[in-house]
Amino acid sequence: MAKYLLLKHYRGAPASVNDAPMEQWTPEEISAHVQYMNDFADRLEKTGEFVDSKALAPQGTFVRYDGEGRPPVTDGPFAETKDLIAGWMIIDVDTYERAVELAGELSAAPGAGGKPIHEWLEVRPLLGGHSADTDCPSHR
Amino acid sequence: MNESLLRSLTPGVLGVLVRRGADFAAAEDAVQDALLEAVRVWPDDPPRDAKGWLVTVAWRKFLDATRSEAARRRREDRLDEEPAPGPAPSVDDTLQLYFLCAHPSLTPSSAVALTLRAVGGLSTRQIARAYLVPEATMAQRISRAKRTVSGVRFDHPGDVATVLRVLYLVFNEGYSGDVDLAAEAIRLTRQLAAAIDHPEVGGLLALMLIHHARRAARTAPDGSLVPLAEQDRGRWDTEAIAEGIQILQGALARDRLGEFQAQAAVAALHADAPTAEETDWVQIVEWYDELVGLTDSPVVRLNRAVAVGEADGPRAGLAALAAVDGSVPRHTAVAAYLHERDGDLEKAARLYAEAAREAPNLPERDHLTRQAARLNARRSR
Repeated sequence: MAKYLLLKHYRGAPASVNDAPMEQWTPEEISAHVQYMNDFADRLEKTGEFVDSKALAPQGTFVRYDGEGRPPVTDGPFAETKDLIAGWMIIDVDTYERAVELAGELSAAPGAGGKPIHEWLEVRPLLGGHSADTDCPSHR
Repeated sequence: MNESLLRSLTPGVLGVLVRRGADFAAAEDAVQDALLEAVRVWPDDPPRDAKGWLVTVAWRKFLDATRSEAARRRREDRLDEEPAPGPAPSVDDTLQLYFLCAHPSLTPSSAVALTLRAVGGLSTRQIARAYLVPEATMAQRISRAKRTVSGVRFDHPGDVATVLRVLYLVFNEGYSGDVDLAAEAIRLTRQLAAAIDHPEVGGLLALMLIHHARRAARTAPDGSLVPLAEQDRGRWDTEAIAEGIQILQGALARDRLGEFQAQAAVAALHADAPTAEETDWVQIVEWYDELVGLTDSPVVRLNRAVAVGEADGPRAGLAALAAVDGSVPRHTAVAAYLHERDGDLEKAARLYAEAAREAPNLPERDHLTRQAARLNARRSR
């Protein structure tokens, strides 16, 4: 029982096998892709493993504190940012192997030519919010 | 109204319905509905016989649901509306429900969810919140689990060890949301101990009680972890510790040692020490030797290396650690601790930082980062 983030990148992940940009797909291929993603989330809800799924706009603004009484400084978006997150799915599964299996299935979403994209997805464990009630050795 | 008292009636009521011939999944839904109605009705109109009330209401809800289902499918209602009360020893029913909900065909997360609902009487929403997943996901997890065990015979005896593993998982989930899962695990283990005479059930209950007794001292006001050696022992719940030790002694006297009894014995030795310095590490190492013999688990070997480090010095601890599989979680954290004890602060600081990057949760990560920072600050002085 652990949560994992399946992270999808606009940029920053290695190139997919079927790497055609989405705007060059046919409208039917786009619909098939969207349908696959929705079905995947529905299926995970039925297996009791779905937690959350969100997509992100590619445009973002960098913001930082600029000192007492001053408005925050904003910058960007930076076209050259190497790592750009497209969205995520959070799953709650029994094992790491299951998380990898599901990421593999998600990566098989159809793209250009109706063929799987073979997109690289990043699997990241979520850190738990609390430590177990038992004292673990590192606390001793 | 005492909610945990109400919930303690859950398995007995469910058992009666199943013995009357109700399908487990439908009966379980009916009992949940009856529990909700009890919460609504009892404050103004408390029943004289709480369990009898729940059985009556749950059975009626089961019949209503079955009838409407049957009507929908244009099927004959084959159910006996006035069932014979039948012999229904509730203790056995409770035990059978534990077995069913921890059935080996279930995944750990399904067994946990089903146990909390069908034995613990928690609502799907409460369980979902406790495990930080959407309610719809938890509802599906539970109904899937029910389908998985639908063919299992209710009166078929199960394996106590699988039940104990499920309860231990619940215990270690601790506290998040509005349900204290550690306290719930203790309640369920206590209830199991009343239903079956088994030394490992006593062992697990003792282990939980003793660990839980230290909970208040384990976390500083800012939420950071307090290591065992630095805990304010005045804040330990001595009553819970005494109860745990008494239960453990009763279990050990049966002379059928098991993993949970041995773990509880280690916990009891920590709890027994008036100060960290007075901990009987030699005896703790002996219990870990027993545990290695019982489980041969690398996690146990890792814990043993810590105990050896305290009993025979850090060099001996590091030698014991060298024999432990390096991929075991928290291996690096233990290495950091033993190297610090051995005086190699530079290496310890580096290892603490590495252990922080591998930590499975935020409090541990922050704790290990602070350890690294403490050593780095000392060295740069």
